[in-house]
Amino acid sequence: MTGVAVIAGLTCREAARRRLLAVAAAIGSAYLLLYGFGLHKVLESLPGAASRQLLFRRQAVIVLFAMGMYAVNWLLAVITILTSADTIAGEINSGIIQAVVTKPIRRWEVLFGKWLGFAAMLTVYLAFLAGGMLIEVRLIGGHTPSHVPEAIGLMWLESMLLLAVTFRFGASLSTLATGVAVFGLHILAFLGGWVEEFGWLAHSQTAMDLGVLASVVMPSESLWRRAAFELQGPVIGSFGRGPFSIGSVPSAWMVLYAGVYLATALALAIRTFSRRDL
Amino acid sequence: MQDSAIETANLRKTFGSKVAVRGLTLEVGRGEVFGFLGPNGAGKSTSVKMLLGLVTPTEGQALLLGRPLGDTGVRARVGFLPEHFRFHDWLTGEEFLDFHGRLYRMPAARRRRRVAELLALAGLADHGRKRLRDYSKGMLQRIGLAQALLNEPELIFLDEPTSGLDPAGRLLVRDIIRAERDRGAAVFLNSHLLSEVEVTCDRVAFIKHGEVLETCDLKTLGMEERSIEARVKNLRPEALAGLEQWAGSIRLEGESLTLEVRAEESVPEVVAYLVASGARVYSLHSRQASLEEMFLRIVGTEAGL
Repeated sequence: MTGVAVIAGLTCREAARRRLLAVAAAIGSAYLLLYGFGLHKVLESLPGAASRQLLFRRQAVIVLFAMGMYAVNWLLAVITILTSADTIAGEINSGIIQAVVTKPIRRWEVLFGKWLGFAAMLTVYLAFLAGGMLIEVRLIGGHTPSHVPEAIGLMWLESMLLLAVTFRFGASLSTLATGVAVFGLHILAFLGGWVEEFGWLAHSQTAMDLGVLASVVMPSESLWRRAAFELQGPVIGSFGRGPFSIGSVPSAWMVLYAGVYLATALALAIRTFSRRDL
Repeated sequence: MQDSAIETANLRKTFGSKVAVRGLTLEVGRGEVFGFLGPNGAGKSTSVKMLLGLVTPTEGQALLLGRPLGDTGVRARVGFLPEHFRFHDWLTGEEFLDFHGRLYRMPAARRRRRVAELLALAGLADHGRKRLRDYSKGMLQRIGLAQALLNEPELIFLDEPTSGLDPAGRLLVRDIIRAERDRGAAVFLNSHLLSEVEVTCDRVAFIKHGEVLETCDLKTLGMEERSIEARVKNLRPEALAGLEQWAGSIRLEGESLTLEVRAEESVPEVVAYLVASGARVYSLHSRQASLEEMFLRIVGTEAGL
C-alpha cells in the first residue's frame, strides 16, 4: 500500500499547491454565505397565523434545507468531474506519467492512489458544505432536519461514483472527452430522473421505465433522489413537485446497484490503465 | 544469460497495421554503455518503451537484469530519463527528487542523502528550493537526469539526454555516463547526436524500420573501418565500378574520389588496383571512419520521418 499512499499524498499536495483547494473552498464559502443570508430572509418573510407558524416554519426549514443540499449536490458533482478529469488523461498526454510508472510501483497503485486522494478531498469538501449548512439551519432556522447522515452518505456515494466513472474515461480518453462523457452521462441520469418523476405523476409506466433505464445506465441522479426522499420524509408534496420532492423513490436496490457500478467503474479504470500503452 | 543487462529476442510492436518495431534482437552487457542509433521513426523510442514496460510488445521476449518484462521489482534497479520528459512542475527540485525517491521506496535517510548529492552533481545545489516551472530547459534536463540516478541503478535508460543542454551540460552528461559505467552500471543511450555517442559508447546498434541492421564495437570494429579520400585522374567508369569489391560507398566528383572501406588492409589493395587500372593517383589519404560515415553507410541517406 506504500505506493498508493505516496500517490494519494502527491494528489492532495498538487490540489493544494495548484490552488484547487483554495478556489473550491472560496466557492463553498461564498455559497454558504449566500445560503445563510437567503435562509434568514425567507424565514423572516414567512406568512401565517401565530398558532400555525411553528409547524409551518419547521416544514419550511426542512424543504429549504433539501433545496440547499440539492445545490450542494450539483456543486459537488461539478467539482468532482472538473477537478479529476485531467489527472489521468492529462498526465498520459503530457508524458508525466512515464517517469512515474517506470518506478517500482504497479499501475493499479498509481490509479487507485489518485482516486483515493481525490476521494479524501471530496469527502472533506462535502463535510464542509453539508456541515456548514446544518449549522446555518440550526442557528437561523432553529431546527435540525432528520435523516441527514443517510442523505449525506448517498450524496457522498454519488460523488465517489462520478469520480470512478471520470477515472474510467480518463484512462482511455483525452481530458476534454472525459469531461464531456461524464457530464453527458450525468445529464442523461438527471433527465432520466425527471422522466421517471413525470411518469409517476402522469401514471405512465413507459415513462417510468425509461427513467429507470437511464438510472441503470448512470445511477448518479437516483442517489440524489433517494437522498432528497430521506431528507423530506413526511412533508413530501407540501411544497409541490420539484427536484427537492420525490414521488418515485429509487429503491435500496438502486443504491446497492450504484455501489456495484462504482466498484466496477473503478476496476475497469484500473484494468484499462494497466493494459494500455503509455 | 546472467551477465546481460538487457537481452531481447524478436521484440515486435505493431500499432494497427503500422509496424513500429519489426523484430528487435540485441544484448547489452552489464557495465556497458550501449548506443542506440537510427533515423527518426526507426522505432528507437518504442523499443525503449517496450523495455521499460510502458508499451506492451506484440510479440517477442526480453529480459531486463535477468527478469522478464513487466516485473515491477526489477524497476527498483533501473533508472530512466524519458524523451521530451515532463514532470510535476509545481514541485520544487528537492520535492521532485524526494517524490521519485519515495516511488523507489528508498528510506528517508537515504533519500535525503541522495537528493543532496544529486542536486550537487547536476549543478543545481542552489536551485533545490525553486519550483520546476521556473527551471530553464537545461536545468529540467539536469534534474531529470538526477532523477534517473536516484536509486544507484544497475541499468540506466537515457532517451536523448543532451537535448536542450549547452556544451557544459553535454560535458556533464558525458562525465556522468562514464562515472556510472565505472560504478558498474549499464547505460542504454538513445541519441541522435552521433558525436555524443561516439565519445561515450562502447558499442552501438544501428536500427532502421524497427530492426537492428548492424551492431558495432566502437573500440575494435570501428577502428577497422577506413575512409579514403584521393585525387585521381583517368579513372575509367568500369574501373570505378570495380572498387565495389572493397567499398560500400563510392563517390567521384571531378578528380576527387571518396570511398569507405571495411578494413584497413583494403587500403593498399585499393591503391594497387587504381594504379593497375591505369588511373593516375596524385594524392591519397586514409583515416578512421567517423560514426557519422558508418551511420550513413549502414542506415543510408534517406531522411527519417
